[in-house]
Amino acid sequence: MSPLNIKKSASSHSAYELRDPNAPVIETHTLAVIVENEPGVLARVIGLFTARGYNIDSLTVAEVDHTSHRSRITVVTTGTPEVIVQIKAQLARMVPVYEVHDLTVEGPAVQRELALLKVAGKGEARIEALRLAEIFRAHVVDSTLESFVFEMTGTPEKIDSFAELMRPLGLREMARTGVAALSRGV
Amino acid sequence: MTRQMTGARMVVQALKDQGVEVVFGYPGGAVLPIYDEIFQQNDIRHILVRHEQGAIHMAEGYARSTGKVGVALVTSGPGATNAVTGLTDALLDSIPLVVLTGQVPTFMIGTDAFQEADTIGITRPCTKHNWLVKDTEKLSETIHQAFHVASHGRPGPVLIDIPKDVQFATGTYTPMEKTRVSHYQPRVKGDPEAIAAMVEMMETAERPVFYTGGGVINSGVKASALLREFVAATGFPITSTLMGLGAYPASGTAWLGMLGMHGLYEANLAMHGCDLMINIGARFDDRITGRIPDFSPHSKKVHVDIDPSSINKVIRVDVGIVGDIAHVLEEALALWKSRGSRVNKVGLAKWWAQIATWRAVKCLGYKGSTKVIKPQYALERLEALTKGMDRYITTEVGQHQMWAAQYLGFEAPNRWMTSGGLGTMGYGLPASIGVQIAHPDSLVINVAGEASWLMNMQEMGTAMQFRAPVKQFILNNERLGMVRQWQELLHGERYSQSWSESLPDFVKLAEAFGCKGVQVTDPKDLDDAIMEMIRYDGPFIFDCRVEKHENCFPMIPSGKPHNEMLLGDADTQGVIGAKGAVLV
Ligand SMILES: Cc1ncc(C[n+]2csc(CCOP(=O)(O)OP(=O)(O)O)c2C)c(N)n1
Ligand SMILES: [Mg+2]
Repeated sequence: MSPLNIKKSASSHSAYELRDPNAPVIETHTLAVIVENEPGVLARVIGLFTARGYNIDSLTVAEVDHTSHRSRITVVTTGTPEVIVQIKAQLARMVPVYEVHDLTVEGPAVQRELALLKVAGKGEARIEALRLAEIFRAHVVDSTLESFVFEMTGTPEKIDSFAELMRPLGLREMARTGVAALSRGV
Repeated sequence: MTRQMTGARMVVQALKDQGVEVVFGYPGGAVLPIYDEIFQQNDIRHILVRHEQGAIHMAEGYARSTGKVGVALVTSGPGATNAVTGLTDALLDSIPLVVLTGQVPTFMIGTDAFQEADTIGITRPCTKHNWLVKDTEKLSETIHQAFHVASHGRPGPVLIDIPKDVQFATGTYTPMEKTRVSHYQPRVKGDPEAIAAMVEMMETAERPVFYTGGGVINSGVKASALLREFVAATGFPITSTLMGLGAYPASGTAWLGMLGMHGLYEANLAMHGCDLMINIGARFDDRITGRIPDFSPHSKKVHVDIDPSSINKVIRVDVGIVGDIAHVLEEALALWKSRGSRVNKVGLAKWWAQIATWRAVKCLGYKGSTKVIKPQYALERLEALTKGMDRYITTEVGQHQMWAAQYLGFEAPNRWMTSGGLGTMGYGLPASIGVQIAHPDSLVINVAGEASWLMNMQEMGTAMQFRAPVKQFILNNERLGMVRQWQELLHGERYSQSWSESLPDFVKLAEAFGCKGVQVTDPKDLDDAIMEMIRYDGPFIFDCRVEKHENCFPMIPSGKPHNEMLLGDADTQGVIGAKGAVLV
């Protein structure tokens, strides 16, 4: 398997990134959508995004209240401010949707993603990988004489930078969960 | 009181409890248990259609002319896929429907069973919501919730997919009153601050205009009554979309006529030149706005809509009010009166004087003829001879549809049924049957184009069987007229495939169905033939041979602003630039 081509995160702010000052502002927003956990609800939400041409950068879903069958869908999306407002209105009017929260505008929020990275290598590269993993607080959850599987939790940006560093050291495979997010405080 | 019954019986019981009187449908293997129950009762009337698309359009016609929810019942697989066009049509025009589809038994789902289709997957994007019911215990509750969802908030079609084993199995019937209250409770009352902001703007506006749409009709007759009162009290001019015709009477003094791509000159110029636009239940559709950056550039805009996602979707507005039209109008009217019923009288007088100069253009004028029937003339005569009658009009899609909107006058809501959002050829004939079933003693006319009419002409059989005396008024130009018009304007008069070749003899066709038909070619014979059609006791096919190359004007070419409309005699060559040509 060849080393992965990892796309830079949409929110990276490189000094070399030259932007057209007149281009519409593209914002990244993290939305929490509380839905009835009925069959097909995820397809419905995804269908809305594809049908109307909205972006999905990341999407996670799981039932968070087993008695009332509520699921929480966390979507990271990008668009102009007008499009973001439309996305929220379109989500909110869907029949199985209870609440739509824009964690990006509703105040500070914590975002975490979990990733598993398989890094293969020998000698100096292997030691370097382990050293970097320590710095990034990644855990070794599997190891052979020629490979490690690291588990790390963090913001998507942190995972991106760790993966970036692992690439020359033998990154073979990666699995990511997508973002889970909650607003800070009560 | 809990009652045990089969799923099939539950379906019929739930429909009865919802007050359903008519179901439009077509049987098949996966709905046989439900048809067996229909056979054993007399409360609900079943109208057997000839094609499932017809069933959905009939249910739409029924719903639009009564304000009730329309109901259709079809089988799995092909029955469900045939319903898709109708569902999409109802979604785009916000028509409340409950459509029941049969499905293969639960234990066969996913095996590519005979007549299995992923109905829920296929119809997810063309329904407001849909449900697959896998447990008979949940069936009656789901049906009651379906009626709630279809008719609350912005109305729309919903679908319930019922596997055959769920129809056979026994379960507990949950009556309407005991059904869990749905969390789906869209807001109906408008924000008082936003309403106050609108009222303040109305008090000072110099050049206001009401721009109303199908939302007024959907809100109910009270909304139309309040709108009329508001218009009369303020003296503001009013225009409407294709979907909203009839909410304000065409004979009303403030009426500017329909606006949009084929709207009236005075209506479009009023929209372009106003300083306050009050959008009530319309959605800034592209047929209305034309080129967005040039759309009504100097106005403040207010938008009242029950659907929050409609506000600021296409056009940014200054005041958005989410709520039911009748509720919002009632509160706005009360507030405006309590503040002294003020308007800018001087400004308004000047505004009306300006409008008078636009009206004087008489944009609906056309060149008459004594030799051939002009389609506009045919509609003028139809209007003159049926005006004041208890009349409902449906249409197909094309030039005839736009001429009908221009030349017929609608005095009341729910009297005009046309496929606005989807533009579905084949809508009008079945819709006219649905209307006639709801209003057996009224005059129901489908103004049709010959090409559209052929798309669902099999439904003449339904009209005959159920004695629905629908009048099919076909403006036969032997052309896909609207396509021909665009080819003339945009594609160098290369008329690719826009001829209606090998047309049937409509008179013989009428006879073959067992009803009556006439063909009229001479303008002199028109009135007598229209009277014959009206008086005939049964379905009627009127083959009105009209001028073949008439174009529909006024017209705002794609990609042009409102103040660049084409009137009848304009040179039509090269009017649509390359940018406009990519638009539809
Ligand atoms: C189902 C469907 N297919 C194609 C079209 C595209 N279309 C719009 S108008 C039109 C021609 C309609 O011809 P006719 O019914 O004779 O009406 P006319 O314009 O001649 O009055 C066509 C093909 C459509 N609206 N619907
Ligand atoms: Mg035609």
